[in-house]
Amino acid sequence: MIDRLILHLLMLVPLAGCLTLFFLPRGAATRLAPLVGLVASGGALAAAVVAAVRFDIGSSGTVQFVTEAEWAPALNLYWRLGVDGLSLPFVLLTALLVFCCLLYTVRVRPAGGRLRVFIGLILLLEVGMIGTFLALDLVLFFVFFEIVLIPMWFVIAWWGDPDDEKGRTSAATTFIIYTVLGSGIMLIGFLIVGVRAGTFDMIELAAAGGDGMSARDQLIAASAIVGGLAVKVPVWPLHTWLPDAHAKAPTVGSVLLAGVLLKMGSYGLVRVAVPVVPDGVRVIAPILGGLAVVGIVYGALACLGQRDVKRLVAYSSVGHMGFVVLGVATLTPAGLNGSVFAGLAHGLIIGLLFFLAGAVKDRHGTSEFAGLGGGLYARLPRLGTLLTFGAVAALGLPGLAGFWGELLTLAGAFDPAAALGRPYFLGLLAVALIGVLLTAVYLLTMVRRICQGADVIGPRLSVLGDVTGIEAASWAPLVALIVLLGLWPALVLELVDPVMSGMGS
Amino acid sequence: MSGLIVLVPFAAFGAGLALGRRRRTAQWIAMAGAGIAFIGAVIWAVQVWLGESSVTVWGEIPTGWIPIEIATRADGLTVTLVVMVTAVALAVQVYSTAYLKRDRRYGSYAAFVSLFTAAMVLVVIADDLIILLVGWEIMGICSFLLIGHYWELSEARSAAAKAFIVTHLGDAGLLAGFFVLATQADSFRISAIVAQATPSATLTVALILVLCGVVGKSAQVPLHVWLPDATVGLTPISALIHTATIVAAGVFLVARLYGAFVQSGTALAVLAVIASVTMVVAALCALANDDFKRVLAWSTSSQLAYMLGGLAVGGFSAGVFHLVTHAAFKAMLFLAAGALAHAIGTTLLSRMGGLADPMPGIYVATTIGLAVMIGAPPLAGFFSRESILSAAEEAARNGGPVPSWAAWSVLITGLVTVLITAAYATRVWLLAFHGAPRTGDPRPHDPHARMGVPIGLLTAAAALLGPFAFALPGAVDPGTSGAADGVGLHSTTAVVSLGLVFIGCYAAFHDWQVHGGRDPAAALGPVRPLFARGFGVDALYGRTVVRPVYGLVRLAVAGDRDAIQPYVLGVGRVVRALGALPRSAQTGRVQAYVTTILASVVILVVVGTAVGLR
Repeated sequence: MIDRLILHLLMLVPLAGCLTLFFLPRGAATRLAPLVGLVASGGALAAAVVAAVRFDIGSSGTVQFVTEAEWAPALNLYWRLGVDGLSLPFVLLTALLVFCCLLYTVRVRPAGGRLRVFIGLILLLEVGMIGTFLALDLVLFFVFFEIVLIPMWFVIAWWGDPDDEKGRTSAATTFIIYTVLGSGIMLIGFLIVGVRAGTFDMIELAAAGGDGMSARDQLIAASAIVGGLAVKVPVWPLHTWLPDAHAKAPTVGSVLLAGVLLKMGSYGLVRVAVPVVPDGVRVIAPILGGLAVVGIVYGALACLGQRDVKRLVAYSSVGHMGFVVLGVATLTPAGLNGSVFAGLAHGLIIGLLFFLAGAVKDRHGTSEFAGLGGGLYARLPRLGTLLTFGAVAALGLPGLAGFWGELLTLAGAFDPAAALGRPYFLGLLAVALIGVLLTAVYLLTMVRRICQGADVIGPRLSVLGDVTGIEAASWAPLVALIVLLGLWPALVLELVDPVMSGMGS
Repeated sequence: MSGLIVLVPFAAFGAGLALGRRRRTAQWIAMAGAGIAFIGAVIWAVQVWLGESSVTVWGEIPTGWIPIEIATRADGLTVTLVVMVTAVALAVQVYSTAYLKRDRRYGSYAAFVSLFTAAMVLVVIADDLIILLVGWEIMGICSFLLIGHYWELSEARSAAAKAFIVTHLGDAGLLAGFFVLATQADSFRISAIVAQATPSATLTVALILVLCGVVGKSAQVPLHVWLPDATVGLTPISALIHTATIVAAGVFLVARLYGAFVQSGTALAVLAVIASVTMVVAALCALANDDFKRVLAWSTSSQLAYMLGGLAVGGFSAGVFHLVTHAAFKAMLFLAAGALAHAIGTTLLSRMGGLADPMPGIYVATTIGLAVMIGAPPLAGFFSRESILSAAEEAARNGGPVPSWAAWSVLITGLVTVLITAAYATRVWLLAFHGAPRTGDPRPHDPHARMGVPIGLLTAAAALLGPFAFALPGAVDPGTSGAADGVGLHSTTAVVSLGLVFIGCYAAFHDWQVHGGRDPAAALGPVRPLFARGFGVDALYGRTVVRPVYGLVRLAVAGDRDAIQPYVLGVGRVVRALGALPRSAQTGRVQAYVTTILASVVILVVVGTAVGLR
């Protein structure tokens, strides 16, 4: 019984929370909003944990808890949900990050008021994000993929950077234009697949592995799907929506945007593009890999040029998601495992970094290097230490989560799928290694500029103080998981590898 | 046992961070961690030396490619190094309790020294390249944090970042090299890789890539630039970095993969050339520098080149032996330099002088340490250096794993370095302890017992390790490492090098005496500033690497703003134009955007599907 309900509960609980907020009388809802948010996201997290516990790890390569119902059979639409070793970690990541965000919101309110609406939108966002990872039908996947956009637009435009109203609106709009264009193109790919293969069932399509579709159809469909998802990931040079959107969004928005929304793109590549239209993906994989490593180096260089912590953290996503895409482009189990691991690790690490950047900004009224000066270690030692931890995790230090994903994507590039050109991918590997080095350079530069150095601001900030209880509580799970996955990567790889080993070509 | 020796310092790191707010607690955690690890290491070493080598597999990490196996080994090389690492770590931890007496950041400092120790032990016991890499990189970040201990100082900040980034540069090659080695053997396991190594071009490429990492970590030319700067960190940290941990890891890795290296004469020749260049260049820099700690740092580069040179010419035990000897005397010299700095507030030789009288303990210890370094018989340094030189002579005359020209190069530069080493050691000894006092402080004194005892014990070890030399070939198991050699003395090289030691010492002493206590380095004349600046390599890298990178940075930032953003805004304008109709009907911006979006999606999908399917 519970197995049949659990996936629906994952979405119904936050949805119920969202509806409660909209239907309660305004006064009560405003007062109760943080509590409702906490309970709803906590319920979703609990459901995700229950699903993980009941999940049969021994057969993580097969989809479990499958539910299927007719939706609009005339249009060939079905409600199909399920979870396997690939989607389960993303579901857990999403539920955890949303819970951390809403826990944080209990005390740290976003500037812009209307807390009831804000929390309702975050819960709606969670429904869309979790749905994307659970969907097993291309149309359903698309629907969930789109549901996410509208709340995110409001979150950025209404609760974004309070000092820059014009900037935040334009960031939100750029975000939505880009991603809608992207998902439109993706939908074209889905429709081609659906029309040619006669079904939108992702399990069936993956099992067929492109059988019944001509090479030309596959190529067109793969280009559309990958091209559309590439906007979301984002793949260089489609990344320019990202820095503004991340930098202008409120802390919680940035955390979810970078932590989960980007992963929806990379998850789509692994879940849909690679298994459904493999021949098409094989043709464009070298291009994708090339763009990925350009993104790695370009992102690192751009980070070195940033003068604002939040923008730097935002830009770092371009480089880190480059690894995620490179792993996919190798079309090997190792690369795909690496891609998934790197995505999860990035979700945790970038989530933490955005929390920290937000905390720095809240305390100083600015996140620019010039305004912050140095000496965070002296002024706010715990915050400084955590920022160093985040930076060290982001630069891929072994023993922390960021390392294993990078390692495996690089291993994939070293030994790519047989159909791909090995010398070319060795070249990509070399460029990516330069990117690894530059990543270390910009992150240490950030530590050096903000955390170390003489404290020129002094005790003016004593009112705000160091890391508060609620901050510690909402960041602790991220820190713990970054360490846990770093020391025990098999925890995730044993889930993911059976799926990928069946998929790589 | 091996697990215990990693986990105890690691636990000390965790406990130190969690409970280290009280100074006394932090001290006990740190010393207990290092102490238990050291005792465990000694017991384990005896077990292994008396028993048999073994490999333990603890678990496996699936990768979808070659699996990563959590495997450790217990063999002579491992236990020898584990004892060395934990001994130096213990000395450093005890010394630090007194040296950092008034330092508010002692707690985190001690915790990271524990992590550093754990990471190095992990490197030494790992039988899987990726597990080794984990320890290897963790040491990098520990060095970043510890060198940057005085983060208020801009030199410390730069040195910390430089140490991490320069070694990380080498690690890029290292990782690629590991991939190649692993594909050759279809395993990341070191034992499998060494067992299956056969001469081939691929193996040579792999090993040269591995050498990139070695050159970075062991501060060899051209990636040596980080080590002298790293001396701005605390002196006990220098003692740890320069002897038993990071820099030793590079030499250790060559020793660990020695069975593969002997299969590739080319890779060994590359190693020989790097070592030859580094030992002379670094020794010259040591000769000219005015800072005691920087002299020691350059000397470290030079001595590490000795070890690598020894390994390159087939002297496996000799190289490892010198690693152990060097760890003892260099740790001791750094700790003594720290005691001097503590007493007189500077490490500049030009502000020392006449310290023999007020600091007799440090004087005796340093004298012995320097004598070990120049290789005066019958101290340990003599045996370890002579073993390397005779291995080089052997390979040069009778052939070895390396081409004979490369062995000649190691032999000749090795002898030249003997001369320079003797000269700079004498110079330091004279300037620091003899002549007229140049210190501002009127009352320098011998250090606290918690600083003095570690120095004394390390001095004793450095002096007395010599006889151990004859047990060493068995102790480090050359058999399992694929080399078969001993520690021996060739009479020709021994006589020549002793003569050179004498000349070097005498030249420095004579110059000092004749010119009334003048710095003998002044005799270098116009080239002295060049040597003291490390041949200007830093400035060269600044011009050829750092500046172009920042040029690219500006390009990337401008590129996003001027080249990529506009095309997107162009698309945005088109979309907005499409949305102009609904916007004219409704005033709210939100509705306009949402409508725009929906309209554009519908149009895109219809057009796209039509195009795609026809």
